[in-house]
Amino acid sequence: MSSGQPATFAALPRVANVSVLKAETLSATAFSSDSHNSVRRLIAVARGRARIPYLWITVVAALVSIVSLLPLGFIAWVSVQTGWDTAARLIFRGRVGELLINTALLEIATIPIAIILSVALAWLTERTDLPGARLWAWLAVAPLAVPAFVHSYAWVSLVPGLHGLPAGVLVSVIAYFPFLYLPVAAQLRRLDPAIEDAAASLGLNPWEVFFRAVLPQLRLAICGGSLLVGLHLLAEYGLYVMIRFDTFSTAIVDQFQSAFNGPAANMLAGVLVACCLLLLLVEVLLRGGERYARVGSGAARPADRRRLGRMRVPALALHITVAALSIGVPFVTLTRWLFIGGAEIWRLDLVGGAFGQTIFLAVAGGVLATIAAAPMAWLSVRAPGRLQRVFEACHYYVGSLPGVVVALALVTVTVRLVLPLYQTFATLFLAYVLLFLPRAMVGLRSSIAQAPVELERAAMALGRTPFQAVRQTTMRLAAPGIATSTALVALGITNELTATLMLSPTGVETLATKFWSLTSEIDYVAAAPYAVMMVVLSLPLTFLLYSQSRRTAGQ
Amino acid sequence: MTIPVSRSAGAAVLAAVFATLPVGASIALAQDDIGIVVYNAQHESLGVAWAEAFTKETGIPVTLRKGSDMEFANQIVQEGAASPADVFLTENSPAMALVDGAGLFEPVAAETLAQVPKDFQPSNGHWIGVAARSTVFAYDKTKLTEDKLPKSLLDLADPSWKGRWAASPAGADFQAIVSALLALKGEETTASWLAAMKENFTAYKGNSTAMKAVNAGEVEGAVIYHYYYFGDQAKTGENSQNIGLHYFKSQDPGAFVSISGGGILAASQHKEHAQTFLKWLTGKGGQAVLREGTSFEYTVSNGEASNAALTPLADLNYPKVDPASLNSAKVTDMMTAAGLL
Repeated sequence: MSSGQPATFAALPRVANVSVLKAETLSATAFSSDSHNSVRRLIAVARGRARIPYLWITVVAALVSIVSLLPLGFIAWVSVQTGWDTAARLIFRGRVGELLINTALLEIATIPIAIILSVALAWLTERTDLPGARLWAWLAVAPLAVPAFVHSYAWVSLVPGLHGLPAGVLVSVIAYFPFLYLPVAAQLRRLDPAIEDAAASLGLNPWEVFFRAVLPQLRLAICGGSLLVGLHLLAEYGLYVMIRFDTFSTAIVDQFQSAFNGPAANMLAGVLVACCLLLLLVEVLLRGGERYARVGSGAARPADRRRLGRMRVPALALHITVAALSIGVPFVTLTRWLFIGGAEIWRLDLVGGAFGQTIFLAVAGGVLATIAAAPMAWLSVRAPGRLQRVFEACHYYVGSLPGVVVALALVTVTVRLVLPLYQTFATLFLAYVLLFLPRAMVGLRSSIAQAPVELERAAMALGRTPFQAVRQTTMRLAAPGIATSTALVALGITNELTATLMLSPTGVETLATKFWSLTSEIDYVAAAPYAVMMVVLSLPLTFLLYSQSRRTAGQ
Repeated sequence: MTIPVSRSAGAAVLAAVFATLPVGASIALAQDDIGIVVYNAQHESLGVAWAEAFTKETGIPVTLRKGSDMEFANQIVQEGAASPADVFLTENSPAMALVDGAGLFEPVAAETLAQVPKDFQPSNGHWIGVAARSTVFAYDKTKLTEDKLPKSLLDLADPSWKGRWAASPAGADFQAIVSALLALKGEETTASWLAAMKENFTAYKGNSTAMKAVNAGEVEGAVIYHYYYFGDQAKTGENSQNIGLHYFKSQDPGAFVSISGGGILAASQHKEHAQTFLKWLTGKGGQAVLREGTSFEYTVSNGEASNAALTPLADLNYPKVDPASLNSAKVTDMMTAAGLL
């Protein structure tokens, strides 16, 4: 119907179901031909075998969790090492107050705007007869393909005087609102219209239905998306440097460049970590314990699309404006610089080299992070429990730390304790794995959940070793999820700046770091090819993200 | 019939991964012959121009790592004997003084030292000047006339300058100017000047950005180095068309000429090549890159003329500061205390 790719992804769960059915039939045949006792024995054997990997998986997951606590533990250790007097002098000073105010204002101004915008856009694309809804839905996700610091580069090129809080809020909303749009749109597609019908039948007008029946059901999506946006605001570096807005991340890098891994930088990092934890806490409190679920049998029908009527023009205008600001501005700026630069700026040796290194780091980092997240994802599906929740919390916290904090911790640890690992690929990949563990969990968990353990048991009952059983059943069924996870991490690495700048081995230059050093010399023209290549790399990954979100919504 | 789809999807992903890895790895790891490793805190474009010209002439490969003066200096101190760097190039002297203070430099060969006047090297000969840059007040010609310009860098602390000038405090350039102020006027004057600066100035990231802001009319002037102006003039000039350069002269702290340094690390495994590199930088080849290239920094070697577009160094009447006396750690602490970092 539309383009081929979403259809392929939509087909995948069905593919999984078919093979599940076949395997079940298979095992049923195997069992029925045996006597009652031998069936029991078979199951017992299979379970006995199945227990062995769980132990090892738990051990590996525990190891990953311990390593992922390293940056947090490090900050705590440095704080103790620094001594209370010095720490207090470095933390309780005017500059930190300024940064706190800046950061708080940024969060307070950006998140509500992003929420309102995303809910409005998602409502229009999912629940109304907006012309070209599929196109607008795609355009609302597309800004993710443009790295945040390329957004601000585009804006600063267009309006050179842009700076400070208003500029920070503007570019942040534009760069990050898709993180809210995606879950809100997915949730809107999934809602059971029966609740809205009931509300309408009780005499509520359409606005009341929206605010009292629909909006509360979007709460989880909005909280999750807002948390993601909020954490990005704390972590982002390049965007705010370019528009001259100081946050903790920019101040930490300033300190790093003035004194390498000095106590002042580490104390700022400590305050930044505290901000992240505070944000996580606020989200937990706002989210609350309530759940929204359909009780009883039957399936929700897709909701009717509301007719916009005369509102069609303003609705379209909103989508056009957002697309123009978020996609149009980078497109126009990049095209302009490319045009001015002509063929000369395409130094294939330089651009090609950075492109190759970026792909290598992105793919290898994606594979590594996916492998590191696998034991945890496995446990969370197959053996949920208290221990697993502790592990999961460790993974989650490290993923919420800004790249600059993780990088600073790894620089200091490697240079002081394990110098051979300093400035090596090993350390850089460790940083990537830590930063992107939660992303890797996303696809893994859902795809492992789709592969029932019974299949493995059946395979083992039929004589496969546990490893063969996993490889021949679960891993095959989970392949699309594994690919999604890898792609999500790769997207993150392609656009990562601070950790790569601070940790990469000598001679490594990614598209992002090259772009950064050129824009620092305000050579906007020479920087353009690198920005274009980053967008080119990110586009397919963003498309994957988009189709994945539609798939989880069952469409 | 549908199963092969998922199987081939998985296979395709795996195939893609394994096809990409060797390609990427070969690009990433094509570093077997990386030659000498240079920690380059100079502008990337100048570092690349030097490295390319040097390799072309001598066949010795150069691998550059990009960073900033103080970041690298502190990093080298922590790396100690295990530092992978062979050569350290900076924009300013304080970072060189820091590394030298930790005793990590290999003395520079006598014939290299002989190429550069004594003014542009520390007395102990542990490192050497490779280029120089002058402090200027870049001002908006449409707003300020000569009579309204500050006579001294210290004048910018005056309340009348509140909200009217800019600088890039996180940069090594500005920190070098502050260290010169500290060396010339002492701790008390410097601390009160920094406190007044916090009140008066607008912060930008990078000297070129600060100059761009002056040109765009956002502030009236900026304390930067001279060559950002000339570099922009040589390109499109669109970031400097309204800019005038004011040299403080009269041996004012604001007339400080900063020496970009080059040094060889005692930990280097390639000392011979490193010495060759430093000799080349301060010789005809390296200085010609300064004169004919787009960096517009001053040459420092005997008899090597600077770019003809520049005001000659001899006319600047800059204050004499022993580059070895510039105290970077103290400056960073004072600037942190003043709330500038």
